[in-house]
Amino acid sequence: MDKLTKERAEWIYKKMNDIRNFEDEVHQIFSTGSIPGFVHLYAGEEAIATGVCAHLTDNDYITSTHRGHGHCIAKGCDLDKMMAEIYGKETGLCKGKGGSMHIADIDKGMLGANGMVGGGFPIAIGAALRNKYLKTDDVAVCFFGDGAANEGTFHESINMASIWKLPVVFVNENNSFGEATPQKYASGSEHIADRASAYGIPGETVDGKDLTAVYEAAGKAIDRARKGEGPSIIECITYRNYGHFEGDEQKYKAKEGGEKKLADRDCLKEFRKYAISKKILSAKKADSIEADSVEDIEHAIKFAEESPIPKPESLYEDVFVD
Amino acid sequence: MARRITFMKAINEGLDMAMEKDERVILLGEDIAGGAGVEHLEKENEDAWGGVFGVTKGLMPKYGRERVIDTPISEMGYMGASVGAAATGLRPVPELMFNDFIGFCLDTILAQGSKMRYMFGGKAKIPMTIRTCHGAGASAAAQHSGSYYGILASIPGIKVVVPSNPYDAKGLLIAAIEDDNVVVFSEDKTLYGIKDEVPEDYYKVEIGKAKIKREGTDLTIVTIGKMLYVALEVADRLSKDGIEVEVIDLITVAPWDQETVITSVKKTGRLIVIDEANPHNNTATDIASVVGDQAFDYLDGPIKKVCAPNTPVPFATNLEQLYLPNADRVLETAAELIDDLKK
Repeated sequence: MDKLTKERAEWIYKKMNDIRNFEDEVHQIFSTGSIPGFVHLYAGEEAIATGVCAHLTDNDYITSTHRGHGHCIAKGCDLDKMMAEIYGKETGLCKGKGGSMHIADIDKGMLGANGMVGGGFPIAIGAALRNKYLKTDDVAVCFFGDGAANEGTFHESINMASIWKLPVVFVNENNSFGEATPQKYASGSEHIADRASAYGIPGETVDGKDLTAVYEAAGKAIDRARKGEGPSIIECITYRNYGHFEGDEQKYKAKEGGEKKLADRDCLKEFRKYAISKKILSAKKADSIEADSVEDIEHAIKFAEESPIPKPESLYEDVFVD
Repeated sequence: MARRITFMKAINEGLDMAMEKDERVILLGEDIAGGAGVEHLEKENEDAWGGVFGVTKGLMPKYGRERVIDTPISEMGYMGASVGAAATGLRPVPELMFNDFIGFCLDTILAQGSKMRYMFGGKAKIPMTIRTCHGAGASAAAQHSGSYYGILASIPGIKVVVPSNPYDAKGLLIAAIEDDNVVVFSEDKTLYGIKDEVPEDYYKVEIGKAKIKREGTDLTIVTIGKMLYVALEVADRLSKDGIEVEVIDLITVAPWDQETVITSVKKTGRLIVIDEANPHNNTATDIASVVGDQAFDYLDGPIKKVCAPNTPVPFATNLEQLYLPNADRVLETAAELIDDLKK
């Protein structure tokens, strides 16, 4: 596994800031009515997407979830085109025809956010099957929420990945709630990673607010997958800053106790402090990354707002390959 | 003269030639080889089954278990994996053992594979051919005998083909595998044994193009899959009374060939569609609707559908035969349309 070098720490901190700023801005803009549809924000979970994707190249694949902006940014998708997509503009990553829930960029190995909870599992093992069949050392990472862990696709896909020793890592973002229902209520096992033993693969539960914990666990599992030793499950305990979707009153969230403590943690601040203490990030550099990120997101918003809406004839385009 | 081989052998040969031509073509499904991991079979490089009907027999020994992949009984898992493999550059041909199992894996087709290209702004290609089988007449009862190609045909972004004979089966399958889109290739299980002339070469039958199997001037009958044989029998019998039927084998139910059907109806003025699917919202209904809209002025009578009843497929042999559209039912329907001709 590659060490957390200065260069890597700076990359991670920039991506974490991009995700946070992107989502905070989308939250604001959504409330004004400029963004249509359903939006599910990733803010609060930045350590996971960045800690995992830091180990990936453009040749590696990821599948994402309905809460997919963070994965997109961490996998290297263009911020301007992402924002334009969420606005439903012609210049969007998907020409405005996918939106927040289907944002994707196959050229970057990003196989799509997914409006179907649990929809990513079989697609990820298919990409991993391709990697294995073509004898590459590329991997696939399947991000999934705690809610998705209770879909049938979880079982079928992880079992198949195990029997075929596919190069895939299943990264669970356990943010404590599947929509408005607590994970503790919906899952028979305390930890989703505990289920790994049933499939004969490694499973590990880590602190999803701690970048270094995610980074290390992901590095180990991805190395293992690259070496052809098979899949793993990593469960990252985290919490989302916003609701399930924008407009969610979040009546189910606790106002005190352990859950509140988890909610109040800020993975960006924690990583900044850690990286500075380990001298892999200077305070000056951290400040400039934060300023750059704000500027980049402002640029993305301007780009999206100034972009044209899709042409009417595009309604009929791209249903089939001609 | 070309050799005569069965419908099943024609499909096997189409798969074989497509696999030989392109290494990206892989097969996935339940027991499509059979016996994975069984020591004595592995030693002899033998398949146990070659699919539940034997359609894929011999392909594993030839291409190996890396390309002919026995999956666990996990339809949504391997169908979704096929979508993922197709999106990333392979050309998977998953087999859904019976189309009745579609419920297990519909999400991967309905919400994923068929929509990816559109949702992703034209960036994705999903070159995937789903082989499955449909059809009553094998005493397989309600959960193994349905005809659901019409349900799949109503989903944008996928093509659906239903071959009626060995020649078309081979050529259509090769065309489907070469197609860069999701194609459902639905085989009628009761046709596996029929024989016909099939060339040994690698050839394609065009997807989306219907075939006129018999020319006529008085009545058009459009058929899907094995209903062709019902129509040909009807055409023979009516011909004795001097009534000439034009029989069109639709071949592709999505996108179906409107031009050929409408041109024929404009000539004959009468249309019967025979579709083994249940009668509501099926392909026959769609054809009736489009023809009514596009060729109303040319019609000399109502458009008629002869379909299965709105029931599951029954087990008892006599009931199953009642369920299937047959020549007598079509003749009764034709009689309503051609009374005036007889007079």
